[in-house]
Amino acid sequence: MSEINARHREKCDVNKTCSGYCCTQIKDFSVRIGKTEILHDVNLHLHCGELTALIGPNGAGKSTLLKAILGEIKHEGSIVFAGSNGQNSAKPMVGYVPQQLEFDTAAPVSVKNLFTACMGRKPAFHSTSKELTKRISDCLARVQGEGLIDKRLGALSGGELQRVLLALALEPVPQLLLMDEPVSGVDRKGLEVFYEIVSHIREKYDLTIILVSHDLDLVKKHADRVVLLNRTVILNGPPDKVYSDKKLSETFGLTGLIDSSEEGE
Amino acid sequence: MSLSQIYSLLNTILPFEWLGYDFMKNAFLAVLLITPIFGILGTVIVNNRMAFFSDALGHGAFTGIAIGSVIGIIQPIWSAVVFSVAFSVLITLIKNKTKTSTDTVIGVFSSAAIALGVVLVTSGSISYNSYLVGDLLSISPLEVGILLILAVVIVVLWILFYNKVLLVSVNISLARSRGINTMAVELAFTAIIAVTVTLVIQWIGLLIINSLLVLPAAAARNVSTNARQYNVLTILISIVSGLIGLILSYYMDTATGATIVIVSAIIYFITLGLRKRFA
Repeated sequence: MSEINARHREKCDVNKTCSGYCCTQIKDFSVRIGKTEILHDVNLHLHCGELTALIGPNGAGKSTLLKAILGEIKHEGSIVFAGSNGQNSAKPMVGYVPQQLEFDTAAPVSVKNLFTACMGRKPAFHSTSKELTKRISDCLARVQGEGLIDKRLGALSGGELQRVLLALALEPVPQLLLMDEPVSGVDRKGLEVFYEIVSHIREKYDLTIILVSHDLDLVKKHADRVVLLNRTVILNGPPDKVYSDKKLSETFGLTGLIDSSEEGE
Repeated sequence: MSLSQIYSLLNTILPFEWLGYDFMKNAFLAVLLITPIFGILGTVIVNNRMAFFSDALGHGAFTGIAIGSVIGIIQPIWSAVVFSVAFSVLITLIKNKTKTSTDTVIGVFSSAAIALGVVLVTSGSISYNSYLVGDLLSISPLEVGILLILAVVIVVLWILFYNKVLLVSVNISLARSRGINTMAVELAFTAIIAVTVTLVIQWIGLLIINSLLVLPAAAARNVSTNARQYNVLTILISIVSGLIGLILSYYMDTATGATIVIVSAIIYFITLGLRKRFA
């Protein structure tokens, strides 16, 4: 804990807009759907500039927790965001990268159209101004996706789509970034690139990032904190501590094998 | 500009035989108004996979007209507008609230509505043929005026809300995460389709009105890679097939609406053949 705080303060010396106090607190989150309890008493305290990886077995409620934070699913408990200059708000600005964007792959919608629809005042079928095109290119540059601007959404590969969605979630730069890592459609190389981009973004923009992850190796390499979730928080701490805890293998099953090809819940 | 001035203007710039009669001039103006708005609505219907839904709205409109005819206090068309808007809101709400698959919900409502409509028109011995097939050549100058107002309203809404509608069509969760009230967008859009379909059904007819909404956008989609091409092409295909259909129906003495649909269906099949080059 103190180790993380120290690392964070170190980053804050570089970035002057960050005082080291901004954080997001998730208090007593519980989610029930019908009679089924999906999550109970989830408490998390997350600091800015920290990449928190959310891991857990199939059906542990990882995606549900993200959706509850987003407000898409009814939940009990509260979320408080404390800004770097001391102000508190119940509603932090949240960016969201969904696990699998279900959309019509034949749709005549380009990456540029998608961004224009989010950022522009003029309708997206109107020709895009040079200024807006520049802004869109800058957004895509954050995720090494400069060349994707005129591509059709349905023509993007899994990794490209994920990066485009990340770029979209970063415009405007949110206070809390929620990401649900896709389980399929992204190859190993694409995944590594994605983790590197996320790592870089966390440092550059001083965001709190929650990443639902299925890849424990990449988590170990990039995450500041690992939260093991199974209906509630089982373990919470730096990667090496969580990974050496025997609760980890207990949670993932007696075999100790971790199923990285699980389906989303 | 008075009506006679518009007529003489049309005579001067378009001195064609088929445009000689006043009813053809009215129909010509109506086609110029109906086809672009149908094109615009069609782009969203096709993008959101709502073709079956818009078909059901046509059935709701028919029932609305039947109810209006039976009550008979006001012009049936206005009570039909009220009914079909209520119908569209009801389907949208139930579709979002239940876990039953969407096409089942729409199918249930659609058939229930058409059954109610048929029972009402047969009990009141009201002539309903014109609502099934439609007669574009019967449109009056006043009705063309109503279409003009409708067209202006739709174009304004299209410009103001296009971006939101586009995001909703890509993915609802994504749209919500961008702060869009997706339910409001969906309700407003379906209500607009309901109003449009109800107003136009007497000229185009229940049987084919949905094809007029869906075909131009479906055709344009085959050969478009971005929103701009898609919208521009849809409107062009819609207007062109509307005009060709109107002229052909004059010379072949066939129902105008159906002739227009055949022309746009042919365009659709041509674009389907070209599709691979634009994938």
